[in-house]
Amino acid sequence: MKPVSPFLETGTAPQVTIQFDGAPMTVPQGSNLAAALLAAGIRTFRQSPVSGAPRAPHCMMGVCFECLVDIDGVSRQACMVDVSEGLVVNRLAKAEDPDADL
Amino acid sequence: MDTDYVIVGGGVVGLSVAWGLLRRGRTVTVLDGEDGSFRASRGNFGLVWVQSKGLRQPRYGQWSQHSAALWADFSKELAENTGMDVPLEQKGGYDLHFSEESLQARVTQYEALRDQLGGDYPFDVLGHNALRKEEPNIGPTVVGAILHHQDGHANPLKLLTALAADVRRLGGQVLTGKTVTDVSKPDGFRVKCEDGTRVDGGRVILSAGLGAMQLGSKLGFKAPIRPQRGQVLITEKVPKLINRPSLIARQVDEGGIQIGATNEEVGLDDRVTQQGMSGLAAQAIAAYPALAKAQLVRSWGALRVLSPDGLPIYQESAEMPGAFLVTCHSGITLAAAHARTLPEWLERTPDAPDLEAFSEARFSIS
Amino acid sequence: MQTFDVVIVGAGPAGMSAATEAADLGLRVALLDEQLSPGGQIYRGVNGVSAERAKLLGADYAYGKTLTSRLPRDGLAYFDGAVVWAIEDGFCISYTKDAKASVLNADRVVLATGAMERPMPIPGWTLPGVMTAGAGQILMKQSGIVAQNAVLVGTGPLLYLVAAQMIRFGAPPVALVETQTRSDLIRGARYAGGAMRGWRYLRKGLALLAEIKRAGVPRHRAATGIQVEGTDRAEAVRFHADGAEHRIVCDTVFLHHGVVPNTQAARALRVPHFWDDAQACFVPNVDSWGMADVEGLFIAGDGAGIGGAKSAELAGRITALRVAELAGKLAVADRDRKAAPLQAASQTDRAVRPFLNAAYPPYTGALTPDDATIICRCEEITAGDIRRFAKLGCEGPNQTKAFGRVGMGPCQGRYCGLSVTMLLAEAHARTPDDIGYYRIRPPLKPVTLGELAAMSAPDLEGEV
Repeated sequence: MKPVSPFLETGTAPQVTIQFDGAPMTVPQGSNLAAALLAAGIRTFRQSPVSGAPRAPHCMMGVCFECLVDIDGVSRQACMVDVSEGLVVNRLAKAEDPDADL
Repeated sequence: MDTDYVIVGGGVVGLSVAWGLLRRGRTVTVLDGEDGSFRASRGNFGLVWVQSKGLRQPRYGQWSQHSAALWADFSKELAENTGMDVPLEQKGGYDLHFSEESLQARVTQYEALRDQLGGDYPFDVLGHNALRKEEPNIGPTVVGAILHHQDGHANPLKLLTALAADVRRLGGQVLTGKTVTDVSKPDGFRVKCEDGTRVDGGRVILSAGLGAMQLGSKLGFKAPIRPQRGQVLITEKVPKLINRPSLIARQVDEGGIQIGATNEEVGLDDRVTQQGMSGLAAQAIAAYPALAKAQLVRSWGALRVLSPDGLPIYQESAEMPGAFLVTCHSGITLAAAHARTLPEWLERTPDAPDLEAFSEARFSIS
Repeated sequence: MQTFDVVIVGAGPAGMSAATEAADLGLRVALLDEQLSPGGQIYRGVNGVSAERAKLLGADYAYGKTLTSRLPRDGLAYFDGAVVWAIEDGFCISYTKDAKASVLNADRVVLATGAMERPMPIPGWTLPGVMTAGAGQILMKQSGIVAQNAVLVGTGPLLYLVAAQMIRFGAPPVALVETQTRSDLIRGARYAGGAMRGWRYLRKGLALLAEIKRAGVPRHRAATGIQVEGTDRAEAVRFHADGAEHRIVCDTVFLHHGVVPNTQAARALRVPHFWDDAQACFVPNVDSWGMADVEGLFIAGDGAGIGGAKSAELAGRITALRVAELAGKLAVADRDRKAAPLQAASQTDRAVRPFLNAAYPPYTGALTPDDATIICRCEEITAGDIRRFAKLGCEGPNQTKAFGRVGMGPCQGRYCGLSVTMLLAEAHARTPDDIGYYRIRPPLKPVTLGELAAMSAPDLEGEV
């Protein structure tokens, strides 16, 4: 079930299926990953590792690092990645409270 | 007289000593440098470290142990005074080895030092499997480690910030953006800065790190110190990966993995190099293979403040009595001793520590 | 290791034109760009855009195809998706492409790293749904998606262009909340002479305003006290204007108050920068050819000072002429003959800038924000924290970084750098030039340790 997105898609590109946080998602082929996730209604991309506050793409040009996602175990800027069939994307693992055992 | 002590250098060493003197009721003026000064206080690795110190001079091992033992109480007091957390973890640290020979050679050295220290040198030797139980992410090429129980690590920047705050709270004068150009002793001491600032004090402590290369001789010190570059890497914040610190890598309290450090004799060049960074990355991955996928977000080069034998120098000037040189390359490890014990030596109290092993006499031409 | 006469970093208008010009003059050129297709941000995704979408975005955007189509040529190696993360003297350029790190060698380097939008720290700006106006435009250009129910906040011509493009995409913004005042416009009028020489830009601007008006999009001017409200995402924009308090409910907020040079790479190479009062940002010190005070280093385009896409394209060509001359491929007289018309065109193109700078100044509420406003998004450091560190003796940004982690996160200070300098300048009553900026070091962009380690030459690493 697709969440409601505040973004309107105008393209007519063929769709491909990617995985986001374990669930399949159809997105336009070759589209920008951050844009595709926004269009699919993903509002929160990650939690700030400092406060846990929700964050999402801000600059879309590789400067702000708010759109970080996990691709193959590596944190990547979603706004710098194009989607392709079968791409597996996850939200970043939350760091455990690193102060916990101090 | 403006102040009892003029302290030249407002890094961790200078501020630790200032803090200790203020607690003893002395008045203190600290002269600190500029935003872009060479500052080991913001470039260091953050270990509170005992093992491998003093292999050639047991007194250094003892002095490091003394400081490490004071650290928890010291950081707690700073935190209580300032409301700023000064994270410290002292549950041991590793010397990781990639060959049985190097491990065994090091164990032999430690056993000898343990004897010289009367047995107070608690360490265990862990083979690969035992180490793996402690550090599940350790790499297959690590044959073992020495776990020294007096080792640990701190957040050196939070220490710096808390010291800066507490020295001020205790009434210390800290003047920033100052470059000291001259020290004279007409009666008391007069310290002059590039911008015309003049401070008169009863005593002077030179704790300016590499600044002592220029100022040392003016105060009658040999000050045979040199810079040694250490490049350091830090990754993005990652979930818990490393439990205890080593000289290769540690996980800082904020979550990033700090990786150190090169030892390069390149003068006052504090740049980082791709070769240096790549070598550090390769070594860290050998120790913890999971790091291969971690993103490097920052690197820096910092200049160690090294004496010829690597030990601290604590020396009163013969030419200008009342002027002291206080310098070391382990300002974090020794911060607690500098704050709690060194002031007794400066003040010549009856129970002042014997620091003769750290005097400049050891640099006499033989 | 591959060796080139010149390596150009960034395939926007300046980088593309520098690369094609240099290659045509007989230089072996490498053009590296972190995007997967050329164009920079201004022409982002232009190669993949449909005719229909290009029409909505306008002719100025579609023109980018002219530049990208010139890239395939002899002597020009274009590396797409190549993220440069270190440039060392001499030059050695380290970059990552397809998860593999490599090094290129070059006698000369041209930085064409362009501009970024001036960060606009206001309360609530870290909430999901708060983006830059440029981001909103990039979504339209590259992906054909447009924000519905959005408010545009800030000042400057880009705001009007994005609004008009959103209208054409069928999703007019709910409102424009503009920060420039009537007196700003009056100040701008002093530069009317220059503006008239840049009449093409003025005419375009007026056409955009007419389009916005026709679409019935309300405009609020001289807004102050702007904040974004919401818990987990942007829900509304609140501000004062026209003597009243306003609250506009929305899903997306696009912020914009000008663009500033992206100086990260130049800083890392220790190029001296100076504070440009007119543009309220740091600008690298370069001569009229784009040559910096670092042997063999050039900066072309918006990265050397904001001039816009057309000026950037001209600057790239001008720099290429100087590089070719130094490389012995072009006589000085030929260089000057070729450069003259480009320099004249550049002057005309930039004539409108003084007017724009004066009429659309940055929003002061976001230059030195209230204490509670986050200025370092990565480490969540507030303006008040910086003021507190100033009182603890921090003279400059490298001290506040050590004291409070400001600028230590993954964006490497790009989003907080100017704010920190301005806050410290305010706290110490000194100029931004006196305060200075972060010491920037590699990696310019994150690189994985695995990629780094794979470049390790054995036996180079000393003992710890």
